[in-house]
Amino acid sequence: MSRGAVLALLLVSLSAQAQKPSDSYLHLVDTGGDIAGRWDVALQDLDEVLGLDAGGDGAITWGEVLARQADIRRYVLGRLVLGADGRPCALVARDSLHITQHLDGAYAVVAFDARCAAPITHLDVDYSLLFDSDPQHRGIVRVGSEETAPLIFSASQHFARVRLRGTSPWRMTGHLVVEGAVHVMSRVDHLLFLVALLLPSVLRRTPEGGWEAVSDFRRALWDLVMAVSAFTVAHALTLAAATVGWVSLPPRFTTVAIALSLLVLALDNLRPLGWGVRWTVAFVLGLLHGFGFASVLAGAGLPTGQLTLALLGFNLGVELGQLVWVAAFLPLAFALRGSVLYRRAVLEGGSVAIALLASFWLAQRALGWGVSVT
Amino acid sequence: MVVLATAWGWACGPTPPLREQGPFIPKSEAVVLARVPSVERDARARERAALRRALAQRAGQLDVALQLARMDVEWSQSQGDLRYLGRAQAALSPWWDSATPPPAVRMLRASIHHARREFAEARADLDAVVKEDPGNVKAWLLRAEVLGVQGEHAEAARSCAWLTALTSPLSIAVCEARVRSLSGHSRKAHAQLAEVLGRTGRSLESRTRALATLAESAALAGDAGKAERYFLRALALNPQDTTARAAFADLLLDARRPREAAVVVMDHTHDDRLLLRRVLAENALNSSRAPALTRELALRFEARRLRGDGAQAREEARFALHVEKAPEKALRLARSAWATQREPWDVRLLIEAALAAGQPEAARPALDFLRDTGCEDPWLVRWAERVRSETP
Repeated sequence: MSRGAVLALLLVSLSAQAQKPSDSYLHLVDTGGDIAGRWDVALQDLDEVLGLDAGGDGAITWGEVLARQADIRRYVLGRLVLGADGRPCALVARDSLHITQHLDGAYAVVAFDARCAAPITHLDVDYSLLFDSDPQHRGIVRVGSEETAPLIFSASQHFARVRLRGTSPWRMTGHLVVEGAVHVMSRVDHLLFLVALLLPSVLRRTPEGGWEAVSDFRRALWDLVMAVSAFTVAHALTLAAATVGWVSLPPRFTTVAIALSLLVLALDNLRPLGWGVRWTVAFVLGLLHGFGFASVLAGAGLPTGQLTLALLGFNLGVELGQLVWVAAFLPLAFALRGSVLYRRAVLEGGSVAIALLASFWLAQRALGWGVSVT
Repeated sequence: MVVLATAWGWACGPTPPLREQGPFIPKSEAVVLARVPSVERDARARERAALRRALAQRAGQLDVALQLARMDVEWSQSQGDLRYLGRAQAALSPWWDSATPPPAVRMLRASIHHARREFAEARADLDAVVKEDPGNVKAWLLRAEVLGVQGEHAEAARSCAWLTALTSPLSIAVCEARVRSLSGHSRKAHAQLAEVLGRTGRSLESRTRALATLAESAALAGDAGKAERYFLRALALNPQDTTARAAFADLLLDARRPREAAVVVMDHTHDDRLLLRRVLAENALNSSRAPALTRELALRFEARRLRGDGAQAREEARFALHVEKAPEKALRLARSAWATQREPWDVRLLIEAALAAGQPEAARPALDFLRDTGCEDPWLVRWAERVRSETP
């Protein structure tokens, strides 16, 4: 919008705006841990208590408002107390001040975050804006979605305890399916684990110790899916155990063990270590990763009733993420499996590279060198 | 009126601004975002600022608080700015909740309640004020007004009678005419007030009020031509008389002259009552401005409802009946208005909404009221007859 248009718009609205008693509009949204707030307060009201019209000419300009930005925030945020289950939250202003139009004119938009001790089941709201300068002032407060009926705060009714209705269990589960898939696919050690599993799956060892191409794609797919699923099953077990709090492992141990199991898997690709190594390694890696993700779910602040559903959703996401990866790369490996290039460069070269990287991580994590890459 | 009708053609009055555009950062620091009274140019604003400073330094100074509150109530009445009613209350806060506040505080509290259409509270305070101070002209006048709105015409008339020897004959005549008109005897009210105005009426203020009362009583008595002349004179003397302006627009709307009705209220639509008249007029004209104005008014009602404010039930009922075409909703709102007030418009809306909703028996309280007051005003009498003919 051009400057002229904004000016025209504001001039028009100044002449036609409604005359109504003083209200402010506060919207609080639970973002899982923090509360995000947006508070619209009329400039006319702020002028009454803070004297925004520095020039005294009767026209409050954006420059005059900006000059008092810090005062406005301090004044407004100082008149709201939020508490999570009895413990006070810290209110921190976010973004710069904005302006919005309501029926009776321009309002300052104060955006803020309330840092509460998560998780919140009951939010305490104590509202005391403007009642001293206008007892007819009302705070119109929405908690959650725009559609919920607002709470109306007045001088005589300025406190409320709101039960935070979390998102529906099904929406939350859907969200966690995505989280699971994203989490598992965004970890470098996990991706290398998938590569190490995939590379030899299109080949079979000959009794002489060499490789031959498998003829059946479905057989290769089945092998790989089973290995990947072994990971998921193991992952589900430790994730559940750790989230409920039955078991916990020191993080250092987990990261070292992950590097070690990756090294074992890569070495097995170069020289077979024995029957069942691949599945065992997949299972052990799954167990270890499960511990690593437990912190993710703990941080989401889930009510206990929804825990089973949450765990199910997250593990489903992990499995789906892996299957998508398999579906994308297995056909490629299958097509190339007959070539010498694949056996020498891709399978052996790739496995050597993974083994080297795993050794490096192992040393780094076990001996505490520097910062972990993952 | 020809002038007015042409004016509608090219002027459109302020159009509702674009809203719901989301938070923005103005493009320039020079953009004017809001207007407030200027302490630089306006002596009253300067005086108000000084009073607030004095009160902030030392709370509990009754004389300063009274001066400030009086100023805010007057400002709210002349500018229609409802925020100042709350500010006046804030100035009086040390005494506001007291059962026995100082008489001057009680009088102001009554004015504030009256302005918010909290008639029961206003009346309780006014009864106490006149008991303590039977010479308080303002209190008797406001008491008569409140009782008249509540439909207690006999008690309202007694309030006017108390004024004999306390104030000018014209003020008393206005008081009496207003009560008579509210009770459905507008022809008589008009004749008597016109006679007194002819004899006296020096002061501009009382003349203005008298002309508006004459106009309103002529309209209720069904004398549209006379009413129109008086309305034009009253509004020329006091363009801020929202009640008279609304009644004038209603007269034009009833006479099927919506174009002129729109022009009468065009520049005053910051007031919800006048925006309602504009919306009714533009919808009757089927104009291109109607949808935007209708939406604006619906949003304003919504905003008032949101804060738990039921003071506009009458206007909302009319909006529901004639614009939203929702007779059931209109009837519900008309009944809720009826619970606190009994002016001719409340009677009319209860009857109209009951008929439109196909529940003529719901108009019973209005019919009983008209019978008890012996209403003679032709319009109301006609509607009452219609209800009776439709009630089995």
